[in-house]
Amino acid sequence: MLFGRFRKPYRALVLAAIAVGLLSTGCGQQYVVLHPVGPVGEKELHLMELAALAMAIVIVIVFTLYFYAVIRFRDTPGNRAPYRPDWHTNKWLEVLWWVLPAALLTVIAIPTVQVTFELAHVPKAKDPVVIDVTSLTWKWLFEYPGQHIATVNYLEIPTNVPVLFELTADSPMNTLWIPQLGGMEYTMPNRVLPLWLQANKTGVYWGDSAQYSGVGFEKMFFKVKAVPMKDFDAWASQVHTTSTPMTLAVYHKLLRHDTMGKALYSRYPRDTFPTIASGFTLTGSGMYMTMNGQKGRIVYMPMSRSN
Amino acid sequence: MPSFLPYLYHTLFPPTVRYPDILLIDFGLIMAGIGLLGFMTKTRRWGWLWREWLTTVDHKKIAVMYLIAAIVMLFRGGIDAEMLRAQLALPTTKFMPAAQYDEVFTTHGTIMIFFMAMPFIFALFNAVVPLMIGARDVAFPRINAMSYWLFAFGAILFNISFVIGGSPNAGWTAYPPYTGLAFNPGPGENYYFLALIIAGMGTTMTGVNFLVTTVRMRAPGMTLMRMPMFVWSTMITSALILFAFPPLTVALAMSLFDRLFGSSFFTLTRGGMPMMYVNLFWLFGHPEVYILVIPLFGVFSEVVSTFSKKQLFGYPVMVVSMLAIMFLSYGTWVHHFFTMGAGPAVNAFFGLSTMLIAIPTGVKIFNWIFTMWGGRIQLTVAMLYQLAFIPTFVIGGASGVMLAVVPADYQFHNSYFLIAHFHNVIIGGTLFGLLSGLYYWWPKMFGMKLNERQGKVAFWLFFIGFWITFTPQYLLGLKGMTRRLYTYPIGMGWHELNVISTFGALIMGAAFVALVYNIVWSLLYGEKDLTGDPWNGRTLEWALPSPVPEYNFARIPVVHERDAWWAMKQRGQSLADLKPEDVRDVEMPRNTPIPFLLGASFFVVGFGMTFKFWPIAIMGFVGVILCILFSGFDYEDHHHLKADVIRSTEASLGRLQG
Repeated sequence: MLFGRFRKPYRALVLAAIAVGLLSTGCGQQYVVLHPVGPVGEKELHLMELAALAMAIVIVIVFTLYFYAVIRFRDTPGNRAPYRPDWHTNKWLEVLWWVLPAALLTVIAIPTVQVTFELAHVPKAKDPVVIDVTSLTWKWLFEYPGQHIATVNYLEIPTNVPVLFELTADSPMNTLWIPQLGGMEYTMPNRVLPLWLQANKTGVYWGDSAQYSGVGFEKMFFKVKAVPMKDFDAWASQVHTTSTPMTLAVYHKLLRHDTMGKALYSRYPRDTFPTIASGFTLTGSGMYMTMNGQKGRIVYMPMSRSN
Repeated sequence: MPSFLPYLYHTLFPPTVRYPDILLIDFGLIMAGIGLLGFMTKTRRWGWLWREWLTTVDHKKIAVMYLIAAIVMLFRGGIDAEMLRAQLALPTTKFMPAAQYDEVFTTHGTIMIFFMAMPFIFALFNAVVPLMIGARDVAFPRINAMSYWLFAFGAILFNISFVIGGSPNAGWTAYPPYTGLAFNPGPGENYYFLALIIAGMGTTMTGVNFLVTTVRMRAPGMTLMRMPMFVWSTMITSALILFAFPPLTVALAMSLFDRLFGSSFFTLTRGGMPMMYVNLFWLFGHPEVYILVIPLFGVFSEVVSTFSKKQLFGYPVMVVSMLAIMFLSYGTWVHHFFTMGAGPAVNAFFGLSTMLIAIPTGVKIFNWIFTMWGGRIQLTVAMLYQLAFIPTFVIGGASGVMLAVVPADYQFHNSYFLIAHFHNVIIGGTLFGLLSGLYYWWPKMFGMKLNERQGKVAFWLFFIGFWITFTPQYLLGLKGMTRRLYTYPIGMGWHELNVISTFGALIMGAAFVALVYNIVWSLLYGEKDLTGDPWNGRTLEWALPSPVPEYNFARIPVVHERDAWWAMKQRGQSLADLKPEDVRDVEMPRNTPIPFLLGASFFVVGFGMTFKFWPIAIMGFVGVILCILFSGFDYEDHHHLKADVIRSTEASLGRLQG
């Protein structure tokens, strides 16, 4: 009798409305996190889905018990539900609700650890394209050590090849985030942190900084154009031959606290990117480090030898 | 010195505090100040204010002062929130300048956490913990008053920043090197560091005080496992405070040294290590979120058991789970920066520890539900907040587990998904808990009930407004919107959801207005609580009259079981069966102006250091040292309340036999 109110015909209608609402908005292309175009973003999305599913199970169980209790045990006259004011323990129930969340969390935890370790390494099958990223006050400087070109607030990357970003900052901290390719990583002064991403579909995506760094920080949006490898090579050599070079003077101009649009440079001064990471960046063994004088060549370095 | 005056003017009133809206507020503040001064003088209340409030060491009065401060700060933080939502409602708007927006989100976060939630929690601690454990005051009443005044003057120092000198603008987390002089030359960040150091000292002392109070001051027979759950939560929160605040103070002091004395702990240049700050900050910050929520776990445990007319389900498990949360909360701080390159092993460890902490939290949810199971649920306002808390907190916790999945966090970090998550747990857990506790213990604090009907209006506005505000923010996170953005381009598909979110924020604003109306109306016309036990309560504070006399218990009760008052009522006993010969002289702490003066001195220190006016700072320091010396050699810190006084008070309350 108590559940009669849930069986009324409009229940289906409400559910349908919710479903349509979610589908019409939830599947839009603007939900960038839900529409990854590369393996990193896809793995992250799969984990989100797994976690969301496990949490949905918890939510359903808790909500069922909760609504049942709240409706059944209301203090209304004539409520015939049993009243047991001194009932305060039940061994098996209590064991159950230690075990149940633990089991569900184990289901999430195992792939979490696996994927965390997987994403820490660039797949060895292909040589990655390296891009040295420096966040400046309020702009992004991207240097391509392999192609000897540099860009500001614009990225062009080849598809189907991992891209290894080496991140540092000549500014307050920022994070490099290109949601459709995958998760973000901080840029920090005096550190070089690695992040690899990959686009498997050609297209234009957007990226930005997710860490507040001052009044102009919302202008740090940039476009990422993913093109096939040979188009990328053609673009790089075209930039290399036709654009103006970035001199130290230009770099110092970039250091000013202001915002700017896109810019392309045919080459860049060597020492604008740190040659070795300092400090206590916990890169772990087997992580990629760029060595002095070996720009563009990736060397496996255990942590103990990196400093 | 004519050349000195323009310098002073430009230092204290730079263009950033001369926006039209701030000038309007200045005008309002001055007018209100003059009005208040006039009112106090005309009604001759200065002496009363000084004797009864500014110099008091009575935990019940300190609780009221904490509560007033918390509600005022809720107003300030709420106004900030409304301004943020107004700015974000539509793309490419310029509701306010970018620099002001940065200040507003900084003060919103800082005020809500340090100057709203914390004092509100301490208001509840002070209001009921000594009553629940059968004590006449806290362990160190004078230190309790010092805690309050340090907090209050810290809050004042933080709040004057927007009219004098300019507000901090680096977010409530104040990550360096953005807080360094190179990027942030104004006095704003000095205000932030100094105000938090001063208020943090008060908080640390509160932690010490309540840890000692709950360990040492319990009535005879009240063993640890007979303590009310709120007392357990107080004890655990105090322990958390004790170990969590030192890293914060260290981090803040080092940042301040970078700014004032040219050191380079966290600077961009000269080998500073900004990430060390991040570690220290979150080494405090993660226990802090449990400091913000464990007391409310205690409140909910009291409320759910009282209004289900049933014992708390699984008391030992509740205690164990709270202790587990306490220990685990020190081992999860890196989950605030999985994206800072800590390496897979470290990230995986902290991801797992974060998931682990979800288990005891989940267990508590089940225990609350099963406390209601087989009870008789009364839908009072306090209980409604509890009932709103369970589903809200479960969803907030679920999104928290999603954030603990390290690779998923790479996508969620600093996005609106994160914003929605922590508002989900902080509003759903902390604010709902605080309001639940407010409605539950209001009769005990003020002697009258808050009007239930008006309270329900405020509750539904809060609850509905909350979900309308923050559900869209989860979706915005999935659409890639990141936090602290001043404005955003058209074409990202963010504006529909932002409009909905702003609409929800307006509903929450209306809820605040309803809450204040409810409080003011009830103070004027509220139903008096003559029994002292309006809810048919279970714990000792309900054995006392409302409001509680200065000495709390005329005779210290003896406790034989959990829910001591409930059991006494079952046996037909009460504390109102006092015989004249039971009453003895009582030693009570004496009022003292030292805590107030100490706070004021620290304020002078803080103000002087903010602007590097060294003579002023040194004067303040001298004041601090004098206060401490004077307090140390002041042996007259208590007085004897005569038995006759207590007898006549109890007789007038009808609690004396013969």
